Amino acid sequence: MSKTIITVVGKDTVGIIAKVCTYLANNQVNVEDISQTIVQGYFNMMMIVDTSKSAKPFSEMVTELETLGDEIGVKIRCQREDIFTRMHRI
Amino acid sequence: MINIFEVNETNSMIEQEKLDVRTITLGISLLDCCDGDLDALNRNIYAKITRLARNLVSTGREIEIEYGIPIVNKRISVTPVALIAGSACSSLEDFVSIARTLDKAAADTGVNFIGGYSAIVSKGMTRIDELLIRSIPRALSSTERVCSSVNIGSTKTGINMDAVRLMGEMIKETAEATKEQNSLGCAKLVVFCNAPDDNPFMAGAFHGISEADAVIHVGVSGPGVVKHALESVRGKDFEVLCETVKKTAFKVTRVGQLVAQVASERLGIPFGIVDLSLAPTPSVGDSVAEILEEMGLESVGAPGTTAALALLNDQVKKGGVMASSFVGGLSSAFIPVSEDQGMIDAVIRGSLTLEKLEAMTCVCSVGLDMIAIPGSTPASTISGIIADEASIGMINQKTTAVRLIPVIGKDVGDMVEFGGLLGHAPVQQVNRFDCSRFINRGGRIPAPIHSFKN
Repeated sequence: MSKTIITVVGKDTVGIIAKVCTYLANNQVNVEDISQTIVQGYFNMMMIVDTSKSAKPFSEMVTELETLGDEIGVKIRCQREDIFTRMHRI
Repeated sequence: MINIFEVNETNSMIEQEKLDVRTITLGISLLDCCDGDLDALNRNIYAKITRLARNLVSTGREIEIEYGIPIVNKRISVTPVALIAGSACSSLEDFVSIARTLDKAAADTGVNFIGGYSAIVSKGMTRIDELLIRSIPRALSSTERVCSSVNIGSTKTGINMDAVRLMGEMIKETAEATKEQNSLGCAKLVVFCNAPDDNPFMAGAFHGISEADAVIHVGVSGPGVVKHALESVRGKDFEVLCETVKKTAFKVTRVGQLVAQVASERLGIPFGIVDLSLAPTPSVGDSVAEILEEMGLESVGAPGTTAALALLNDQVKKGGVMASSFVGGLSSAFIPVSEDQGMIDAVIRGSLTLEKLEAMTCVCSVGLDMIAIPGSTPASTISGIIADEASIGMINQKTTAVRLIPVIGKDVGDMVEFGGLLGHAPVQQVNRFDCSRFINRGGRIPAPIHSFKN
């Protein structure tokens, strides 16, 4: 099963990772890798997750994470990994 | 494993540089819809299109959401109508009823354009071909989503000058029939030489007879991504310039290939081709003209423009071919005027003329595209322009096309609005000297010799 990439970009604030991870845990999404940097005060995180155990339809997860992002004041994107591997790996 | 920088690069291409998949086009054969009874033919056409395309728009939408890549258009192309209507149509009105059926099928499946109201007359015209061509003005003025194309020549057959003359007249009639909407009907009418069977881009898409029953084609885009990549190599030599375009084209095309494969799998319809074209839109930062200017031209149309476009096209193909298992359609850079803000600005500035655009079409896909000309332009002059463009295609073994809009009631310098992706354009000057004695000769230009290439 292909993996999913979640990216979070926005102004750094307390509890961003906690809130995203709580949502993922509640939906049986397993986090496999996290990398994070802060560039000029901007929070930049990428997670590689496995959604295969989650009952939630993928498109719903995309929308709910987007809404969660709006609440925290950051931009959250949830995309299937293929788009990145296809573009950057031969 | 994929890293954060690669993910950010892809997402900034999508968010800031307007990377998108321009179209998923479902090609449908209508050959098995033939019937001697017009009502039965119309019923068969409607039933087949709506059955095969019922999930096209929703599947496209799903892919957009899951992969986070915009898919701007979902479209349908069908077998050239002249090939399937022969035994059922005996009048212009009969043909127009088929156009209305296509329009309804397009509306009911939610696609914005359906292509294939077409005839292939590169060597000769049957009575049916001619009827279809003569019905085009009425068909385009009484439908919203139907696109029409006519192939009037090829490298193998030469140019059908009777059809060229007729198309000049039909373009004028279409302009008249849709004059209330700035002659918009002409934006949905393309005259081709060497038309490909698998083109996913409108208005010239049709499902050629060499194709399977149904196929998925994808047209990629991404002028903004190429422009952005070139900003980082300002002042570097041509080797660096070409490598940068090639690598960028590879990345853009890989996304198109992925979308094509996923769409094909989910719809249960075989994958046809990816069309590698750089397709501009009227929005700023999505322009082929801006790429050429980034290469070092003060304004498109300046000396060097044809060379810049030639290298752009060649590198796009070199990068794209490796990124996709099947490449087809038109594949290179489109240079429409009204759909590219940089081209529009260049025309207004006075740097880009019809004659320079003609030179540019020698090295690009597809041809003189979305160019507004005075509504008073004679039909024979339009035929002359078509003949010139078709000759470039015939001699150079490439696809060329003409999509001119003689805007009724407008003259050189007026600005014309077509709306949406069709954009807006300043009415351009056309050479005022007459070619009617040449066009009125009638007959065919023979196929060219395939040796002694100079």
